[in-house]
Amino acid sequence: MEKYFKPQPLKRTFLSKGVIVLLILTANGIVWSILRFGFGLGAVTNLSNQFPLGMWIALDVAAGVALAAGGFTTSALVHIFYREDFHVLVRPAIMTAMLGYTFVGLSVVFDIGRYYNVWHVPIMGNSNSVLFEVGMCVMAYLATLYIEFFPIVNERFIGRVHLQGVLRFLNKPIDSFLRFADSFLGKTMFIFILLGVVLSCLHQSSLGTLMLIAGKKVHPLWQTPISPLLFLLSAFAVGFPMVIMESLTASRSLGLKPEMDVLRKLARFIGPLLGIYLAFKLGDMVIRGTYVYLNEINLQTVMWVIEILFGVIIPLRMFFEDKVLRSRTLLYTASLLVIFGVALNRFNVFIIGYTPPYMVQRYWPSIGEISVTLGFIAIEILLYRALVMIFPVIAVPLKGVSAKAKYAIRGVIQ
Amino acid sequence: MSQSRRSFLKAMGTISLTAVSAKESKATPKNILSDDRLGVLVDTTVCIGCRQCEYACKVEHGLPAGDIDDYSDRSVFETRRRPDHTALTVVNEYPAEDPRQKSVTVKVQCMHCDHPACVSACIVGAFTKEENGAVIWDGGRCIGCRYCMVACPFQVPAFEFNKAIQPRIMKCDFCYETRTSKGLTAACVEACPTEALTLGKRYELIQVAHERIRENPQRYIDHVFGEHEAGGTSWLYLGGQEFLKLGFPDVGTKPAPSATEPIQHAIFKFFVPPVALYALLGGIMWLGKQSSEEEE
Repeated sequence: MEKYFKPQPLKRTFLSKGVIVLLILTANGIVWSILRFGFGLGAVTNLSNQFPLGMWIALDVAAGVALAAGGFTTSALVHIFYREDFHVLVRPAIMTAMLGYTFVGLSVVFDIGRYYNVWHVPIMGNSNSVLFEVGMCVMAYLATLYIEFFPIVNERFIGRVHLQGVLRFLNKPIDSFLRFADSFLGKTMFIFILLGVVLSCLHQSSLGTLMLIAGKKVHPLWQTPISPLLFLLSAFAVGFPMVIMESLTASRSLGLKPEMDVLRKLARFIGPLLGIYLAFKLGDMVIRGTYVYLNEINLQTVMWVIEILFGVIIPLRMFFEDKVLRSRTLLYTASLLVIFGVALNRFNVFIIGYTPPYMVQRYWPSIGEISVTLGFIAIEILLYRALVMIFPVIAVPLKGVSAKAKYAIRGVIQ
Repeated sequence: MSQSRRSFLKAMGTISLTAVSAKESKATPKNILSDDRLGVLVDTTVCIGCRQCEYACKVEHGLPAGDIDDYSDRSVFETRRRPDHTALTVVNEYPAEDPRQKSVTVKVQCMHCDHPACVSACIVGAFTKEENGAVIWDGGRCIGCRYCMVACPFQVPAFEFNKAIQPRIMKCDFCYETRTSKGLTAACVEACPTEALTLGKRYELIQVAHERIRENPQRYIDHVFGEHEAGGTSWLYLGGQEFLKLGFPDVGTKPAPSATEPIQHAIFKFFVPPVALYALLGGIMWLGKQSSEEEE
């Protein structure tokens, strides 16, 4: 018998043991943030004139953007390639992408020295600069993600705006705004869905172009002219593992039955996607002859082997195995490996592979940098938990409902 | 149905048009390559390591310079220094291959590239290559992202990591504001007591350099560093030994922006690839919608 799913706000108590740990991490991150803004980057980070970019750019921004790829890959799969069978995954994927990109933006603000000048970017932009393109696309995509999330806000609050006290007079205008937005987005959402996918492809690849200008500073194992293509292909490959990991984590934490049928079907895409990425990565290596560097054993080559072996080859093999697709634990492990591989790849390109000509000391993230990053991740998870309790994001099975109630996302051409 | 298809196409058209016109209004920063641009020829075989240039530079740029007598202290040469936010130029000492010479001293500062990586990389166009050859930084635009530092093949721009507000990117500005834009010579060149530094038009300096090499083939190696390095630089060096042994990086002869600008310009040439991708995905979406309607 077919089951029918409807996204609903989940009723749970917010506080749990995990939440307390996350709150502690958040507090720790806030303390370090105050130091960063009070005393400058040098007080908190290990950045120097030799290593101008550190963990906040490599992990929070570069890896953060890659790991938020679940949003555009899932929305492309469902809305553009019309795979309605994956519908239940779209809302959580869009919401995590929205949270992810929000924190990418915040990380940038933490990292740049004159954060209060960030509005210069759209006004004074230099069209030769790769960073400008990345910045503009990320800003535009972040706005697109908020628009894509808006139908969920509408669904939750239309007819339910009940502000109290002095704000009561706002109830009616807000409600009519929501109704207007709902009907407007209902007709135009396909524009934003397409725009989101195009913008994602643009900046996912341009992140790979970013380090090309550094030339010989980046180790030849990663410094390749097809770096933008590799970044794009790895973003395609990591999108679905992120969706699977988040879905399994959320269902465990919120006490739901995981949608193993849907996730298993989704997992079947990952093997081929990883295979394409690996083929280009190794093909590039053979053509440029960079395998010669693997003869030496040093930090770079060891990290490269870890990245490829544990991050690509092993999960690639796992995703072609029926046993893995059937087991919740193995599926979770394989997805985590892909995520680890792509995050490590970004870390390698931006930090491990980066050797400036006049290096005195290699860069390693400081306690402050790690604290801020962990704080961001903690807030992100807390917001996820809060949002799924406020908004209808996660689909739960409905009991005794007829086929007519088959769930459809608002705002897509019906 | 036909109504929604028409609005679909119309909306796609509007989106691509607005995207194109918005992008075209963006300016690229100034990168003038005047034939008469200035340069400085540094003859490392003449430099005596007196560090008067360091002192003059600090005074010129209002940096704490200390006592001029301290600059004769040669113990600073025990470590290799880099230009940073306290000194825009530094002199380093290297062992000489020529047994008649004890050591070679080399002044380091921004090379003022002809195709500067920092100008190409800067997200807000805070760097410009001026007509007289100087590559300068505009603090009014800078957002402090430090991408210029990643891009620079000579690892020159420095950042004030310990300032919470208005941290500056610090590098040699060829004394643009105070001197070279007014026809005056740069502070370091003026201070040099041995004429190891010669300021002049870049093309003339290249001729002078090759003449010196021709006249003293024992004294120099036949290579003017900066003539072709990184696509050519305004500062040029003569040396008595391989430049790699004088602390110069191996940067090749291709300008750094040649690795990224062709990619950027290919993607954004009239916005064809993004618009084509948008149209392609839109087509797939529309076809998928047709077939899913037929099923129902």
